[in-house]
Amino acid sequence: MLDGYEMTVGLEIHVQLDTDTKIFCGCKNEFGAEPNHHTCPICLGLPGTLPVLNEKAVEYIVKAGLALNCEINTFSKFDRKNYFYADLPKAYQISQFDLPFCEDGHVMIQLEDETEMKIGITRIHLEEDAGKLNHAGEGIASSDSSLVDYNRVGTPLIEIVSEPDIHSPEQAIAYLKKIKSILEYIGVSDCDMSQGSMRADVNISVAPTGSDELGTRTELKNMNSFKAIEKALKYEPKRQIKVLESGGEIIQGTLTWDDEAGKTIPMRSKEEAHDYRYFPEPDLVPVIVEQEWVDGIEDSLPELPDARQKRYVEELGIPEYDAMVITADREMADFFEAVVKEHNDAKAISNWIMGDFSRLLNEESITIAEVKFKPADLAQMLKLMDEGTISSKIAKTVFEEMFATGKNPDTIVEEKGLKQISDTSELEKIIDQVIADNQSALEDYRGGNKNVFGFFIGQTMKATRGKANPGMVNKILKEKLEG
Amino acid sequence: MELYQLTAHQLHEKLVNKEVTAREITESIYNRIEAVEKDVKAYITLTKEDALKQADKVDEKIANGEEIAPLAGIPIAIKDNMSTEGVKTTCASQILHNYKPPYDATVIKKLVAEDYIMVGKTNMDEFAMGSSTENSGFSKTANPWDLTRVPGGSSGGSAAAVAAGEAIISLGSDTGGSIRQPAAFCGVVGLKPTYGLVSRYGLVAFASSLDQIGPFSKDITDCAIALNYIAGHDEFDSTSANREVPDYTASLNQDIAGMKIGVPSEYFGDGIDQEVKDAVWAAIKKLEELGAEYEEVSLPHTDYALSAYYLIAPAEASSNLARYDGVRYGLRSEEAKGLVEMYKNTRQEGFGDEVKRRIMLGTYALSSGYYDAYYKKAQKVRTLVKQDFDKAFEKYDVLISPTTPTTSFKAGAKKDPLEMYLSDICTIPINLAGIPALSMPCGLDSNGLPIGLQIMGNHFGEEKILQVAHAFEQATDFHKKQASL
Repeated sequence: MLDGYEMTVGLEIHVQLDTDTKIFCGCKNEFGAEPNHHTCPICLGLPGTLPVLNEKAVEYIVKAGLALNCEINTFSKFDRKNYFYADLPKAYQISQFDLPFCEDGHVMIQLEDETEMKIGITRIHLEEDAGKLNHAGEGIASSDSSLVDYNRVGTPLIEIVSEPDIHSPEQAIAYLKKIKSILEYIGVSDCDMSQGSMRADVNISVAPTGSDELGTRTELKNMNSFKAIEKALKYEPKRQIKVLESGGEIIQGTLTWDDEAGKTIPMRSKEEAHDYRYFPEPDLVPVIVEQEWVDGIEDSLPELPDARQKRYVEELGIPEYDAMVITADREMADFFEAVVKEHNDAKAISNWIMGDFSRLLNEESITIAEVKFKPADLAQMLKLMDEGTISSKIAKTVFEEMFATGKNPDTIVEEKGLKQISDTSELEKIIDQVIADNQSALEDYRGGNKNVFGFFIGQTMKATRGKANPGMVNKILKEKLEG
Repeated sequence: MELYQLTAHQLHEKLVNKEVTAREITESIYNRIEAVEKDVKAYITLTKEDALKQADKVDEKIANGEEIAPLAGIPIAIKDNMSTEGVKTTCASQILHNYKPPYDATVIKKLVAEDYIMVGKTNMDEFAMGSSTENSGFSKTANPWDLTRVPGGSSGGSAAAVAAGEAIISLGSDTGGSIRQPAAFCGVVGLKPTYGLVSRYGLVAFASSLDQIGPFSKDITDCAIALNYIAGHDEFDSTSANREVPDYTASLNQDIAGMKIGVPSEYFGDGIDQEVKDAVWAAIKKLEELGAEYEEVSLPHTDYALSAYYLIAPAEASSNLARYDGVRYGLRSEEAKGLVEMYKNTRQEGFGDEVKRRIMLGTYALSSGYYDAYYKKAQKVRTLVKQDFDKAFEKYDVLISPTTPTTSFKAGAKKDPLEMYLSDICTIPINLAGIPALSMPCGLDSNGLPIGLQIMGNHFGEEKILQVAHAFEQATDFHKKQASL
């Protein structure tokens, strides 16, 4: 795709932790309140206030580190990252510089061609989020004034830094999705990108294929949709190659992604970059975590997506791809397993989950938690199919009704009169009538045109509005037509 | 004697015995302020109305037969860098000229719980940067012993208020000597506790790893009483020590016979005035008479302390003071188009020269490429200074030195910042090490100006310091001398 060049991508993923309170004060950590509602002297950085570390945030980052196969530093400390901006009340961010909580981790990703790949994680550190600016008018450039909302200030944030192992948009997206999936599994974040609880800085460079050195990189800050990242990753390397091919040089710096125009726009160059003047935060003492405590957290981790996927393939016998898709979302996998508990045909269940269920979730854009019917209802529906009470075609109708109303399948079949007709004498009567109405087709059939058999099946189904037992229709029709 | 001339423990006794009322004490203080404040200028803000209301409450408690705390009804002055709910807290800076905090510092909460009476907020060098209180963004405080001289700094207002009878006790903060140096200049007792003994929550930060709140008083007993009520663990300050706080008045009368005193020779060098040296040596001899033993000792890294301090403190300050940007509170420049210009103009207009100088020094020391050479190296020196003390305290109970190289100097005498920095040469190493030290009067020089004796202790060794100080005080009359204003 990139003739003669290889791209390299580095991702810094910021994830807000779902703690009850903020990282350094007692304010609620909650999205969507009235502006500046969840603030206090401490998170507003009023003169004289001091931070006190929320232990839950440490527990969560250690959890994340363990789930992402990191080494946990039992001695860790905080540092100040100094820069001026109106959304940063102390004019420094409490972050971690040289002793982050987690280092040297990795995740496995699967690509569409079913190959597996290991992506290294350099480090994960803990820091505080900044506030939000609301610019009056159209945008920052034309704005007369800006209002600041400090609700988000002090939300615990982890930054996950990847190794330069990613070389395609597909790998980048698979990596992002894997991180999201794992963090959702362990319950440390909702990773809701639309609310900003997961966002990424994307570094991109290109170098001639086979080169030992990486090219000069550009950085896209605060990307908050997979689609935008994918598009940017398709665009930016080509732009860089074009510059190089025409004898130019890549200027290291920060870009923004203009989604409408579908291109990157320069923001500031390296020369204009901040000198953050990191130094150890004197208001907090170093954090020493006991190995025993870390071990306890490790033991409490739930089954993670990779392990679950393997189990589904090996124990439940569903295809690798299905297992991957289902396990990517913890709620989806939990739902699937709840159905499997009630019904033994895992393959059939995974087909429904991957097919109609996912389609309807998408169409209605709702989450699994909002689904009206229960896993047991899907199991019951499958049982009705097994028993021949409904056909697979009718099942589709029943499923859609279950999804729309949350009624159980027995009730739906009853109310809508969807029960399959399996009574021989009743079917014979209907088929006799179909044959009587289609004498010329009968002659064709008997004349050797066996293709009209399908026509008779269709006519019978039409007459029963799809409820006829297909196996029995097949058998009876054959007998009658052969005469 | 007037009420304003008494100590807190004397006044407490009179209150309990119903010889005086808290209102009478408070009125005595404000009458004194009325008389001398125009000359001394110890205060930035006075809170008379609330003080009298508070005094009446204490009197009501006494009338109802309720027990009162040792600091109840005692007029106390607060340095203007401690957050007081609803009362302007300016740090003597134009950038906070109108800032009224919505919360009380932990020390204030503790004093409020004791029913103390806040007289007002005292003048200081802007953001506690200075040694003469001449760097205040509002006015210059005078030394009550000689109005043409400085009271020292940065807690000059708090020291002068006690020395002039404008408060019974006051609180200051000490980052490199800002309590002890003005205590020495004003002839009062000033204690910088161990780093972590008193909560810093609500103390507007200058240099976070060095700042510590402490009391000024007229005698050692009041110092111990005040420490009793401000010390202790605070869950709002992660650097505050989680340990039991003793009753600091309990051990005051213990015999000091056999106590080992170290006399660090580096603190008696060429830069120290001979009269000061003589007074301090006389004090050491006095302690020997009282049964203590002394020995000269070397703290070899003392010479490097000042340089290390002037990298570490400004580095932390450059970060701590970055928040004064005109966005949320305090001064905002009227003359600005756009965010960056607002920052620049606000800080240009709001900060004084010394504050700007230190912000620039600190920013430079932390800059990429210079961090290792300056900030990191300074931290290493700090460790060496601390190790000097650790070693000395293996052998000695306390160390004794002059508090300052000279007695109070004339206002305007020190134009060169470096010269000014040198007046903290005896106090700065203590902050770097985080240990406690007290300054108390030990004589007057030929100009009739007080000389300060510095007693240093090991980490959390306040009891021993106070014990030695009390023994010296009881055996001498220096504490009874008051400024003749």
